[in-house]
Formats: sequence, structure tokens, C-alpha cells
Amino acid sequence: MNPELVGRVFPPVPGYLVGREKVREFARAVLAEHPLHFDVEAARAAGYADVVAPPTFPVVVQEHTLAQLLAEEDGGIDFSRVVHGDQRFTYTRPVVAGDELFAQLAVTAVKTLGGNSMVTAETTVTDADGDHVVTAISSLVVRGDD
Amino acid sequence: MPALDDLTIGDVVAEATYPITRDTLVRYAGASGDFNPIHYRDSVAKAVGLPGVLAHGMLTMGFAVQPVSDWAGDPGRVLDYQVRFTRPVVVDPELGAVVSVVAKVGALEPEAGIARIDLTVTFDNATVLGKAQARVRLS
Repeated sequence: MNPELVGRVFPPVPGYLVGREKVREFARAVLAEHPLHFDVEAARAAGYADVVAPPTFPVVVQEHTLAQLLAEEDGGIDFSRVVHGDQRFTYTRPVVAGDELFAQLAVTAVKTLGGNSMVTAETTVTDADGDHVVTAISSLVVRGDD
Repeated sequence: MPALDDLTIGDVVAEATYPITRDTLVRYAGASGDFNPIHYRDSVAKAVGLPGVLAHGMLTMGFAVQPVSDWAGDPGRVLDYQVRFTRPVVVDPELGAVVSVVAKVGALEPEAGIARIDLTVTFDNATVLGKAQARVRLS
């Protein structure tokens, strides 16, 4: 992996419009049952504009930014050897249906440990007003030659 | 909503068991857009040296926090959620896999009104997530 990736900031990916049925679909897929993910009236009664996405939903948006990193020509990241090491989400507010989200990735660390290397990527997700929604941080381990 | 004052470090606040099947993995692949074939094709999993088809780490992370959302009464109260992927969940084509989640109070920040809930996530008698922690606003 190219150590010069550290500090690299990628262009923002195109806006992602969060659909109500996508929130429901994702919620079912992570076995969520909380009514705020499904019931618009319940979500509005709780003070949200629409149904609330589960905590890990931002990965759907983050994925588009990670694809940029993996495709970086001088990055030297072999996708077939990538293992997900750590994942973290830090929220200012939950994602709700109707949000238009904008995401931008920055590489914050590159380390080599034994034969493996690790890259830490921080994706900042903001809404249509430019306000912070969530930051998604992934550490990807790239296994060395067997 | 649970009251912070009623909590003690070490209290179990929620427990749940999730039976996972290959159908669960296909559904998650579609919903998340993660179509890595190691999560649905035995031949590909075998070819890259895995013991079998694996659950997506992000699927395990995704359902492991559900007991916390339910306990807190509002998934929007989760302020921060992190995990480390330490062991894979191998999903048998016939039997699937059963993953258990125990959520305990790990730390309290009374002034900020925040509880840290630590998750023990187990498959086949071994933990599959490390440092699985959710910070939850209870005020």
C-alpha cells in the first residue's frame, strides 16, 4: 500500500437521497423491529421528519467513498486481500428518510504491521444544508502475501 | 426511556438471539449494496481459503445494536457506535448460524447524560466482535 495515501482527501461523491422504502428495506435487512424505522406517524410523533434509519445505515453512503479509495490508481490496495478491521459511526443526528446526504473521504492513517498493512479512512457525511450528520470511520486490513 | 440514575456498571440491559440464514445474507447484500460473493457463494469462499460463506461484518454490526435501540426507546439516541471485527460468522447452508448479543452498561457519564453500552456478541461459543460499544444519550 502506498504510504503517501495519508492525508489524501477525495472529491465528494454525488448526493445520496435517502428513500423511505430504502430505510425500511435496510431496517428489515439488519433485523430491526423498532417502529421508528417503519412507521411514519410514530417517527413524526417522536419529532423526526420521517422514518429513522438504523445506526449502521450510513455504510450505504460510505461505501461509495470507499470504492474511490480502493480504485485509486497509485493506492496499491488489492481489493481481494482487504478485510474489514474496525468500524465506527459518530452521529450528530440520525439519518431520516428525505435526507440528501453528501459524503467525502479522507485517509487518516496508513500502517504496516508484519506483512499486513492497514488504512484508516474517515468519511464525513453532511446534509443538504451542509450540516454534519455522521462520520463513518473504517479500518481496512490488507493481508500480505501468503 | 431508561433513567441514567437507575443504571449501574455491569447491569445487563438487553439480550437477544439472532438466527441467521443464507437468506438473511442475500437480503443484507441487496439492502446494503455489498455483493462480495464470499457472502453467498460457497465456491468463492472456498477458493479464497475461508471455512465457508461468511456473514457480512456490517450485518453483524447492524443487528447487534438493535437491542440497544429497543432498550433506549429511540434509535436516534445512539451517539456513537463502534466495533472491531475479530472472528467471522460462518453461515451453514442448511443450519445457518445463531448469534447472541448481551448488552451491558460499560460506563456512565452522568453529567453528559450518556451511558456507554458494551456488547458481547457470540457465535459458536466465541465472541465475534471486539470493543463493541454504543454511547447512548439518556437525557
